[in-house]
Amino acid sequence: MSKSSLIKSFFIEIGELTYFALRFFRELISKPFELKALIKQCFAIGYKSLLLVSITGFIIGLVITLQTRPTLEEFGAESWMPSMVSISIIREIGPVIIALTFAGRIASGIGAELGSMRVTEQIDAMEVSGTNPFKFLVVTRVLAATLTLPILVIFGDAIALYGSYLIENIKGDVSFQLYFNKVFNSIAFGDIIPATIKTFFFGFAIGLVGCYKGYYCDKGTVGVGDAANSAVVFSSMLLFVLDFIAVFVTDLFFET
Amino acid sequence: MTNTGNIQKKSILKIKDLRKSFGDNHVLNGFNLELFEGENLVIMGKSGSGKSVMIKCLVGLMEPDSGSIHVLGKNLLNLNQLELDALRINIGFLFQGSALYDSMTVRENLEFPLRRHKNKFGNLKDTTPLVEETLKSVGLLKAIDLMPSELSGGMKRRIALARTLILKPKIILYDEPTSGLDPITSKEIIELMRRVQKQYNTSSLIITHDVDCARVISERMILLVDGVNYAEGTFKELEAYKDEKVRAFFK
Repeated sequence: MSKSSLIKSFFIEIGELTYFALRFFRELISKPFELKALIKQCFAIGYKSLLLVSITGFIIGLVITLQTRPTLEEFGAESWMPSMVSISIIREIGPVIIALTFAGRIASGIGAELGSMRVTEQIDAMEVSGTNPFKFLVVTRVLAATLTLPILVIFGDAIALYGSYLIENIKGDVSFQLYFNKVFNSIAFGDIIPATIKTFFFGFAIGLVGCYKGYYCDKGTVGVGDAANSAVVFSSMLLFVLDFIAVFVTDLFFET
Repeated sequence: MTNTGNIQKKSILKIKDLRKSFGDNHVLNGFNLELFEGENLVIMGKSGSGKSVMIKCLVGLMEPDSGSIHVLGKNLLNLNQLELDALRINIGFLFQGSALYDSMTVRENLEFPLRRHKNKFGNLKDTTPLVEETLKSVGLLKAIDLMPSELSGGMKRRIALARTLILKPKIILYDEPTSGLDPITSKEIIELMRRVQKQYNTSSLIITHDVDCARVISERMILLVDGVNYAEGTFKELEAYKDEKVRAFFK
């Protein structure tokens, strides 16, 4: 494929994704609402990701503390550990890493599921029966990803801080109360609110890309694999772009 | 209305000069069709002759380049989404691969089309009696709580037919109803199609390349070659054709 056609297909993809997103909002506000299917998706997307998020968060907390401790010790600044770890986890590392693991599980899962439904004509069957498959399949999944990721990130951040505390307790004999007192003294709403808001956008992007890739999947079973794979790659890339925009906007509106 | 002898037949589906291309590949080149009430019309054609494209255009899954499609007196190509969905209640579609929803049980598969169209049955509160009645009509009531992965190919086809029938359509479109099935199961499916047609008083448009299926079920046949109606008539009439292309179907 030549360079110009690659650029052209990239912009076509962006245009189609934008149209897909607009259709999502149009279908979101129109009746009937698929509440039962939404709850089912929240369970499948959110609740079933809890273990993965917990393990990821716990390891993030352990690793950051272990890696940073020697440097802080050199300067005799170990007491800064809780505030440093909490700010970096809550502002940036927690949302981005947890969103990336969420993208790996959810975007690929949705891409493969909808993709196989497309190639086995299940989506066509829904359409032919006069039931709106976009509303039932896409709106519920995108909404579930948008609503559950912020909760998962808050949960994952808490687990990460607990992991960090464990290392501090073992290495520095710091008590639970002292550690978390320092954490809550150092973080402000200006740290939590922008970080939480951006996770809504992360969740939306992951759900949307997964659904888009799966919903328009073609080329049979090869297409299903492609849909799952490109959903993860594209949504992960989009996460970094969104993160940059979020940090940039936060920097403008919140003095950091 | 058309007058065949003394019997007045009502036209319920009419396709005129249907054309559809994919780039340089001209799949349909002015296809015409008329289906009458209560009739079984079989369309035969080789793979890639445009049968599936035509049937997808018929239910609005694909948009033709030109031509007209009238279903139950309505021009399908002029309908908005809501009108199209309302019309689709009257058109059943049996997909080639059954297209059962993998993540749902047989009961949920049958209930799914009802979620939007309960008002057709007087705002149905409990769907179980209707689901059970429809499953009984295809002889698979015992499979009500099974998942599609637990069903054989023939069972899947029957359940898919039950899902099609649950909305009590006036027209049923069959896309290769016997493909991928062994001869015995194929016969059972054909028999079921005939029984269902009598029980539900439907008209059928059957796309197939299975000569046995066409012989048993067709009242009239159209041979689709290169995207146009190549020959038309009853099975016996077409079987007696001397033309090479027609004979190729019956060899």
